[in-house]
This record gives sequence, C-alpha cells and structure tokens, in this order.
Amino acid sequence: MEDEQQTVAKLPLDQWHRDRGGRMVPFAGYEMPVQYADGIMAEHLWTRENAGLFDVSHMGQLIFTGPNVDRALETLLPGELMLLKDGRLRYSQLLDDNGGIIDDLMATRRGDHFYVVVNGATKAGDIEVFQKRLPRDIVMDHMKEQALLALQGPKAVDVLDAIAPGVSELSFMQGEGFRIADTPAWISRSGYTGEDGFEISVAANAVARVADAILADERARPIGLGARDSLRLEAGLPLYGHDLDTNTTPIMADLGFSIGKRRRVEEAFPGAARILSEIADGPVQKRVGLFVEGRQPVREGALILDGEGNEVGRITSGGHSPSLGRPIAMGYVAKALAEAGTALKLEQRGKLFEATITPMPFVPHRYHRKQGA
Amino acid sequence: MTLYFTREHEWLRVDGDVATVGISDHAQHALGDIVFAEVPDAGRSLNKGDDAAVVESVKAASDVYAPVAGEVVEGNAALADDPSLINRDPEGEGWFFKLKLSDPSELDGLMDEAAYREWVKTL
Repeated sequence: MEDEQQTVAKLPLDQWHRDRGGRMVPFAGYEMPVQYADGIMAEHLWTRENAGLFDVSHMGQLIFTGPNVDRALETLLPGELMLLKDGRLRYSQLLDDNGGIIDDLMATRRGDHFYVVVNGATKAGDIEVFQKRLPRDIVMDHMKEQALLALQGPKAVDVLDAIAPGVSELSFMQGEGFRIADTPAWISRSGYTGEDGFEISVAANAVARVADAILADERARPIGLGARDSLRLEAGLPLYGHDLDTNTTPIMADLGFSIGKRRRVEEAFPGAARILSEIADGPVQKRVGLFVEGRQPVREGALILDGEGNEVGRITSGGHSPSLGRPIAMGYVAKALAEAGTALKLEQRGKLFEATITPMPFVPHRYHRKQGA
Repeated sequence: MTLYFTREHEWLRVDGDVATVGISDHAQHALGDIVFAEVPDAGRSLNKGDDAAVVESVKAASDVYAPVAGEVVEGNAALADDPSLINRDPEGEGWFFKLKLSDPSELDGLMDEAAYREWVKTL
C-alpha cells in the first residue's frame, strides 16, 4: 500500500509488538510488525497449521446509521446489502463513477446500522468519499478508539471459543457481540488468509488484554505483516494498492461474485454501465494467478509477455509461497490469455521467467461454511 | 587465513590468493528467510563493486557486490537447492563464491572481524 502520510502513527499495541520481538516497519501510515523473532516463513506455516494472531488495527472501522442505510450504501457499493441478514458480512468495493475500485471492504449489518471495515492506507480517502456522496441523513462514525485483531488458522476456533464461548457457532461471514477478557467485542468469522478464523473488534484500551488472553494459549502466536501478505497471496486474495486500484474494476479483478444478481439487474451503482458490459463481453484485462518456474520470486512490477515477447500485462503481487515451496504471482493479462494453462513469460530486471496461468486460490480455502449459511 | 568484512555486510576469508565471499550473520538476519540465491559461474571476471550474486528473502531481492576484483573460481552450488543455508550458516556453509584476487592490496581497505563486529553494534 502506498504511504502518503508524512507522520507515522503508532498502533495501540505498539509497545506490545516491540516487547514480543516485532520488527517494526512503516506501513499504511503506521509502524507495524513485519515479523517477530520466528520469521515470515515460520509464522506463515504456523498460521496454516495452528493459529496466528494479527494486529490489523490500522484498518478503518466505520459505522453508518440512518434511514434506509442499506439502500444508501448500495449507491456506492455493488454488493447485495438490502437482502443481507442481521449479523452477516459481505465483501464489497467502494467504486468511482467509472467503476474503478477506490477501496475494497467488508460490510456487516448490525441491527439498525452497518459496520464497515476498510483498508488502513485508504481510509482517509474513503471517509471523504462517503461524506461527500452519502445522503445527509446517513451518519458516519469513524471508530478511532477501536482496535482490530484477526485470529486465523485451523486451531483459531478452539483457541477463541475457550475465552469467548459460542464463537464456534458462528459460520463463515457471520458476526456477533461477545465478551472476551472482560471487555465487549464484536467477533466475526472472517479474515484474509484463506483459513478459518475470526476478526475481533475491541476498544483500543483493552486490546492488549485481549491479545494476551489469546496468546495465553500456546497454539496461538503473533504473526506479522510479511506472513499476512504471503498467506493472502496463496489464498488468491487481492491486496488494495497492489492488485486493486482505481484503474481496475471488480470484473477485471475477478471479483464478480461480489456483485449480487439484483444489483446487476437494477444497474444502480457507480460505473454500472461499464461493469455490466464487462460482465457481458469480458473485461479487457483480467486478474489471474501464475505459477513461476524455478525458485526465484517474481514480484510486483514485473512484465508479463506473450510468446512473441509483447507486453500483455503486469505482475501486481508475487513472491515465494511458503506452503508450496515455490514462487507464485498474480497479475493482469489480456482477456484472451487469461485461460488456465496458458504459458507466458515474465520479465524482471532484464531476466526472463517461464510462467503458467493457474486457477486461484493457490492453496485451498478452508472457511467454515455451514449448510444454508 | 584472514577474515575481512565490508560495509555492505559481506565477508571474505582469504587463503593465499583466493577469497571465499559470503554475507554476514547480521546481513542474513536483516534479510530474513532466504528463498533464492544466484551465484556467479566459475571463470567470470569481476571488478570491485560489480553485481556478483543475487539473494532474495521472502520480502525483497538484494544484490551482492564483488568486494574486491578477481576471477570467480567457484560458485556455491549448494545454494541453488538450499538457499536457507545462508540463514543457518551465513559465515560458513552459506558462502557464495570463491574469487582469485587480482589485486590483494584491495584488501587493505576492508575491516577486520573485530572492527566489523563493533561497527555492526552501532547500526
């Protein structure tokens, strides 16, 4: 993510991270732990096998209240919010008038209001867009004193249910209020690693207590930004500012699943004309996954070439996959070359690499879906 | 045998007119988990400061420069299959290449081990 802020802010858990050996780097305007003593590879694999605790308090937590708040939000987001049930989350995007993605986000219906989590690097801009474009009777509250943790991995459910009994009853993309370490928490079964897991919203002044309570279980360990990035890449999940920006639409980004059927019929969201034509005819470029031959990581910015050496796209994220032990990447290519199995070349620092378009996720998702959920 | 270090966190172990070159423990720690290394082939002639090798961690790619001029006599083939050797034994089995020195007087400008270990503490 681009860091446009001059000052680097501190997270509520800043000292907590340092005390646990966190190596702090600037990210999204905050000093954040890129890794702890174990290192990115070990943290990544720990999360896939056990439970990893992530501090994502840099993200923006917003509350929207007012008459027909679902309908109002639908004027900016293409997701199905009117039919979203209470306590359910939906992945969506904040779009500009051209259908370009200003940010991607999670929206939850919570009783009479919506709780929306946006990216840290983009939250200030998002807030401006919401203020400018939502009807005046919709009130937005930026919960600046709220921290956000994510507990991810196959053992996350057992770790968390022991201190917040009942969370195991949640299904994927469902949230509810709980108490954890004597503080109220909004907990949803969601995350960005491809694993089963939870996101836990608590007051900033209680978050150290909550984090300690989670780590009291030896199956849980703190995990930094580095592993968060490799985990989401393996899960095929796009990262805003890298794989998504205002030059990409949800269809180009292969996020068409997040645009509901009714929304397509009604055509009432920003950039609807373009997005519907992309649904009908295919986008000019499409986000794809690639397996890279050899061992060397191919990273953001590398060129994607066709058989004749013509530039047909760019890598937007790439690196070593700790779970697969090989380099993987995602990027955008011309529609005609987006078929799985297509062989392409990548060019990085003057060197060519063989690559093959591969279906994503690279590592299967293991979300906790219940029947009918 | 004499051990020298550079400000780029490379080490050279000099035996006669051949120097074995690698990156320091400090460097591997700063890089983090190393997933790829590319070393020069034997016969390649390097000037001081030339890009000699590439090392990539999970997070980033870095170049390793020739700390002195010379001709490569051997690259560490073991690194291709197991680049994590650099993390496990950076100043031993994780060496990058061996160089036949063109001008041994270039070693004079390098730090000795004690000076390097002291300097690293100040970073």
